[in-house]
Amino acid sequence: MSILELIERKEVVICAGSGGVGKTTTSAAIAAGMAQRGMKVAVLTIDPARRLADSLGLPDLGNEERQVDPARLKAAGLGGEGELWAMTLDAKQTFDDLVEAHAPDAQARDAVLSNPIYRELSNAVAGSQEYMAMEKLHELHRESRYDLLVLDTPPTRNALDFLDAPARLSRFIDSRSLQFFRAGSRAGLGLVGRGTAVLFSVMKRATGVDLLEDLATFFNAFGDMADGFRERAKRVDALLADSRTTFLLVTSPRAASISEAAFFSRKLGELDLPFGGIIVNRMREPVAARHTSKLESELVELVGEKLARKVVRNLDDHLRLARRDARNVGLLRQELGRSPMVEVPELPGDVHDIAGLAAMNAHLFA
Amino acid sequence: MLDRRLVVVTGKGGVGKTTVAAAMGLAAARAGKRTAICEVAEQERITETFGLPPAGFRETEVAPLLHAFSINPEDAKEEWLKRQLRSGTLTGLVGGSRIFQYLTAAAPGLAELVTIGKVWELAQLERRTAGAAPYDLTIVDAPATGNGIALLRAPRTYGEIAKVGPIRNHALAIDSFISDPSSTSLVAVALPEEMPVNETIDLEARLRDELGMTLSRVLVNGLLPARFSAGEARAIEAMDGAGSPAARDAIAAALAADARARSQRSQLARLRRGTEAAVSTLPFLLRAELELKDLEDLSREIERKP
Repeated sequence: MSILELIERKEVVICAGSGGVGKTTTSAAIAAGMAQRGMKVAVLTIDPARRLADSLGLPDLGNEERQVDPARLKAAGLGGEGELWAMTLDAKQTFDDLVEAHAPDAQARDAVLSNPIYRELSNAVAGSQEYMAMEKLHELHRESRYDLLVLDTPPTRNALDFLDAPARLSRFIDSRSLQFFRAGSRAGLGLVGRGTAVLFSVMKRATGVDLLEDLATFFNAFGDMADGFRERAKRVDALLADSRTTFLLVTSPRAASISEAAFFSRKLGELDLPFGGIIVNRMREPVAARHTSKLESELVELVGEKLARKVVRNLDDHLRLARRDARNVGLLRQELGRSPMVEVPELPGDVHDIAGLAAMNAHLFA
Repeated sequence: MLDRRLVVVTGKGGVGKTTVAAAMGLAAARAGKRTAICEVAEQERITETFGLPPAGFRETEVAPLLHAFSINPEDAKEEWLKRQLRSGTLTGLVGGSRIFQYLTAAAPGLAELVTIGKVWELAQLERRTAGAAPYDLTIVDAPATGNGIALLRAPRTYGEIAKVGPIRNHALAIDSFISDPSSTSLVAVALPEEMPVNETIDLEARLRDELGMTLSRVLVNGLLPARFSAGEARAIEAMDGAGSPAARDAIAAALAADARARSQRSQLARLRRGTEAAVSTLPFLLRAELELKDLEDLSREIERKP
């Protein structure tokens, strides 16, 4: 089947899956394919493959979208009426921009930006990257400058992490934490309930005084922004669940990533998120040839006995691995029931340039 | 590689870190070392590989002298809190508080800190866990590159944020242990392909520049056999398209395998040029599914590497 059926009426495509399965190239290929079909598309990636970015003529992708030169697309056989735009997500920059946008004044902004807790929060790979990916997605969608947004999700060990990220972050900066710290800093004056005072002093013992003071400063400074962040997190969640959004799971036919994909599709179901289908990359193609004595003798005639033996052994290996791939994908099919699945065969050489995207699209949009 | 107290295994997603970590564990256990393999972030694949049910936050023997352990940040956090407060009642009070749950669920790097803290605890000759026997070697199946670096950085970050106090002392003790090449060995697993090679070169540079740590070895996983000589490849190519459909398939498969093997060799050469760490290779395993027997083979390969 063609990927086109899965994304035709969508505005947001989220490519998810475990690491090393080709999420980034798949996202780029889908975006290029839809641009070729007349849409104005932006692909948001966390960590672009360097050669791919070079090949798109965008060696220094930044936190703003940049357009891929239509001439390059045309040269690779991907020319069309639409536009392809790409950007790399810079989590820290996105976070700083958000603070800038929500801060009531310059003083509040600087207090947050210079706070050590904030600096770590915005720099931490785990958590804030996922949150900012969602945030940027939401912002671009709201501005509706594109017909389609394709998000290449961050490589998380646990696929759920990035779905949870907005909620977790907004809980962190939730006003309840804020109240606690405001109350905590008054604890010495006996103005708060005994429970809070005890909790505060115990936490001091566990963490050290400075850390707690930095936290208190952080929450005080963040105070006026907390509501804005919580609202946004809610809207991001709403966008993820929207019928104009679709999640595509990208996997390889290897057992480990197959079981990850199955797990993830179940989770999407539980969370009531729109699951579009699965893309299986790098399938070893089944070949018709069987290892028979007739084939052996024919090969001996063609290339001589010694080389024929090697060719046959190679064929045996290929058949065994192709069977393994087919069996793994079969298991996934069973698990998924009727969910659509698109298979992309292992292409000659790694896919890491614009020509590779075109080769991939011949299968994705078959 | 296996003569340190701690081995941290990282690398790009999908390169086979867990398998390589498990094979290292087998090799170490066979050499008579009491060994622990830790998985992190709620992953649990090691016990399954050995045909056992998940062990969770419990040290479980999976083979003679070899123990598996999965570090879940929640359990690690509770254990850490108990040790900090030295009181079950207070731990219950703080740990049970919603505010504390919220804060620690999202506090940047805290999950990483308590995780690497538990790894450190496992690697100590004097274990803090009551009644726990020490390990000769602890192997961590760490997350992929970026998150793996976050795990290694967490102690330093917390050591710096907390200028005084118990967190600082604990964090700095962990940091100096994992930064010391005589106690900790950092190993990257890679594949001989474009993107994993780039990421490995970047990883080495980031460890050096951002953390002052040295990558001690790169293990290149999944190296295909170089089956055909250049002359043989030409002879096969000359026959491309000849013969019956079956012969054509067999020849096409041979050419594709040859192209892949050659591309792998050139990626491997690029990796060797681009890294300072010692690079060694592990063969692609051609069995239908990765089974215990494969793990044995892989562990023998690791044993043979200098």
